[in-house]
Amino acid sequence: MNIMNPTRRALLQGGSLTLAFSLVPPALAQRAAKMEGAALPGDLKLYPKISSWLRIEEGGKVRLLFGKVEIGQGIVTAAAQLAADELDIDMKRLVIVSGDTRVVPNEGVTAGSQSMQYGGVAVQIAAAELRAYLVARAAEKLGVDAAKLRVVDGTISGGGKSVTYWDLVAGQKIDIEATGTVKVKEAKDRRYIGKKVGRLDIPPKATGALIFIQDLRPDGMLHGRVVRPPAYGAKLVSVDRDVATMPGVKRVVRDGSFLGVIAEREEQAMAAAEALRRATTWDLPKDVPTSDTIYDWLKAQPAKLITIKDVASPIADKTKKVVEAEYRRPYHMHATIGPSTAIATVAGDGSVLIQTHTQSPFETAAAIAQMLNVPKEKVQCEHWQGAGCYGHNAMDDAAADAALLARYMTGRPVRVQWSRQDEHKWEPYGSAMVVRVKASLDEKGDIVDWDHTIWSTSHGTRPGGRAGNLLPAQTLEKAHPLPTPVNGGAPNYAADRNGIPLYEFAGTHVRTHFVEKLAARASSTRGLGAYGNVFAIESFIDDLARAAKADPVEYRLRYLKDPRAREVLQKTAEMFGWSKWKAAPGKGRGIAFARYKNLSTYTAIAMEVEVEKASGAIRVKRVSSANDAGEIVSYDGIVNQVEGGIIQSLSWTLKEGVRFDEKGVRSEDWTSYPILTFSEIPPIDVKVIDRPGQPFLGAGEASQGPTGAALANAVMDATGVRFRDVPFLPSRIKAGLMA
Amino acid sequence: MPKLKVNGRAQEVAVPDDTPLLYVLRNDLKLNGPKYGCGLSQCGSCTVLVDGQAVRSCVTPVGSVTGQDITTLEGLGTLEKPSKLQQAFIDEQAAQCGYCLNGMIMSAQALLDKSPKPTEAQVRSALDGNLCRCGVHNRVVRAVMRASRGA
Repeated sequence: MNIMNPTRRALLQGGSLTLAFSLVPPALAQRAAKMEGAALPGDLKLYPKISSWLRIEEGGKVRLLFGKVEIGQGIVTAAAQLAADELDIDMKRLVIVSGDTRVVPNEGVTAGSQSMQYGGVAVQIAAAELRAYLVARAAEKLGVDAAKLRVVDGTISGGGKSVTYWDLVAGQKIDIEATGTVKVKEAKDRRYIGKKVGRLDIPPKATGALIFIQDLRPDGMLHGRVVRPPAYGAKLVSVDRDVATMPGVKRVVRDGSFLGVIAEREEQAMAAAEALRRATTWDLPKDVPTSDTIYDWLKAQPAKLITIKDVASPIADKTKKVVEAEYRRPYHMHATIGPSTAIATVAGDGSVLIQTHTQSPFETAAAIAQMLNVPKEKVQCEHWQGAGCYGHNAMDDAAADAALLARYMTGRPVRVQWSRQDEHKWEPYGSAMVVRVKASLDEKGDIVDWDHTIWSTSHGTRPGGRAGNLLPAQTLEKAHPLPTPVNGGAPNYAADRNGIPLYEFAGTHVRTHFVEKLAARASSTRGLGAYGNVFAIESFIDDLARAAKADPVEYRLRYLKDPRAREVLQKTAEMFGWSKWKAAPGKGRGIAFARYKNLSTYTAIAMEVEVEKASGAIRVKRVSSANDAGEIVSYDGIVNQVEGGIIQSLSWTLKEGVRFDEKGVRSEDWTSYPILTFSEIPPIDVKVIDRPGQPFLGAGEASQGPTGAALANAVMDATGVRFRDVPFLPSRIKAGLMA
Repeated sequence: MPKLKVNGRAQEVAVPDDTPLLYVLRNDLKLNGPKYGCGLSQCGSCTVLVDGQAVRSCVTPVGSVTGQDITTLEGLGTLEKPSKLQQAFIDEQAAQCGYCLNGMIMSAQALLDKSPKPTEAQVRSALDGNLCRCGVHNRVVRAVMRASRGA
């Protein structure tokens, strides 16, 4: 992210613009720093120095250093809103650097809808503390009581005197730590938080200004392309053509099964890579699972059985009936519109700079250092925006490709952009899942006991500092094998994310069969297991309501005790017009709810569908959704995320499933893996309930689960048939209706 | 050596005639608007206007458009002075990642040039071949309708 930091280079080159940072703090601040038990929130705990986050710079600027990165979710704008409000400055004064390992705090991965909870809050508190410090300094300098001073756009005034932040600390170093004792502003005093603020990155994106990694063109840049194997685990046997004489080709690189080419021009690199691909022979592994056998395969694998909740029902003796059902979701792609891209430059001293749209700049740099067998500090990542990723796609693999190729071209930046086919075939997908839900019911159809069992592979193979998680590293002569994946535990979970229902049943049992082997390459995809688990839970409870002859909203409310959850569900029903809705042939309505991860945003979805029985085609007519994401920083930002999630989840549920067999992935472009388009997208009404004073809750993944389930419930309502296998292709629906 | 007219300016580029227009615009003329998305004419990210028609530059040989009027996103407006349509996208916050935005805006511009007052259904139909993965479709439609109202 650098559209707002024209002076970035100066900072990185150790230029004189930076005012850093070791002035003895005023007595007040020092005393506060020594106060015990002042817990710092979010990532401020990791980086308590204010200068890690904010710096007052010459020329009336304030530099914001942010470890989280923009992935189209608007986080950088939200961070800017928080910083500007708490510092009492105009947002235009901010110079923002994010995701550059040379200068920003290491905030790990930008993922899991946690950027506001960890990064946003750190920026907010750091800014509030810096303001308090500057006001205290001004009070000393002006000889005016701090309580009588006010700040307007960085100018502190009171008692007829004034001084600006920049006058106050020009040429001085600030070295203070957060105290945890400074209060943030009240809502009424805010100018940006919770107000309508346009995203900073949209104007450049709408006009073609430089902001995307794909558009970076450093001097002397060459173009690299890598020839990927035809299928998982394939070994390169031979290459029967020398492409070195093709136009523009600078170098062909082969290292084990890693095969790449570097050329002067992009289309030359693409042509040479295609010529190479045609000339390769590969050894393909046999007896591999396919997309047709995946669910049986998942259940047949040796697996770790992980129990995350096991509360016996004290009223088990009331059981009159036990019902169960099984739900399946296939592999889903992130399917970014802009294939993964990176530019690597290896300097004469062996240091490597990687310009990348990674979500984990520090961990990716460390993984690449391990792959290249160089010390960690030799590899640095500079984040630039890429196309939307929705989780861990090929971003880090492209960075590794570029680094491997750039080694052969010291001093020349080497740019790699993956082809559409490679992105479709080689990104790590959201893992397939089987979920079996079982309930014990009493004589009235109320739930006595609940049992939820999951079978899935890993939902997380992010770089994490380990070379084996980088696709090209697995194919080198000295290969780095994929580390054995582990299931993420509480509170975020992974395959079992949202496996525990938020409903309060007398007994609840939730367990995962964690399959360590991978059938298809898999990693974090928007919501991880939440999509499959919520699809199962909310489909199942809908059928229980139906069997108990209860209204689906009322039945859920019997078990939903959290008042915020209840309000979201009720408000969604009200927005949709649930109680006034009139049934008609072929039409159906469905509703579903989840609190993402059981600790983040509350989301309910209601929708109306029309099902054409003759063809099996489903048409979604309209969608309503109420949400509670805690205190709102950007209303429109939350609406945008929730609405986007609804559309993506509708696309997953209606259309998507990766096809693969022994010859490789067969979903290799937008024809063989279609997604929802304009003419298929319904009107969507999203509202957000504000909770001033409550913690920020991430909203980026909240609608994935409830959307799929609401769709299934609406189709059930329209047809009387329950569909438990995603996707709901017309052929599948038609077959189900005929059965 | 193909002679091109891009955003009103004459350009000469030293590439073979069969070079896809996309790479010439991006790498020779350093234009950021048109994006590589699929190279297959499936997604619309690379859309430019050729004599007012929305064209997929990833499958258009540069030799086939010599002498014609080529307009890219940069030819509509600038960061300092966005066009009415670009401003409508900004006003509606019609983006998440924004990678598809070039194609959305260029395809919508081609529509508005022909039908300044389209219906919402016409907008959806005109943009149906432009893929977006973030799910900002309804915002994009609102932006195009806003621009058409402002005409």
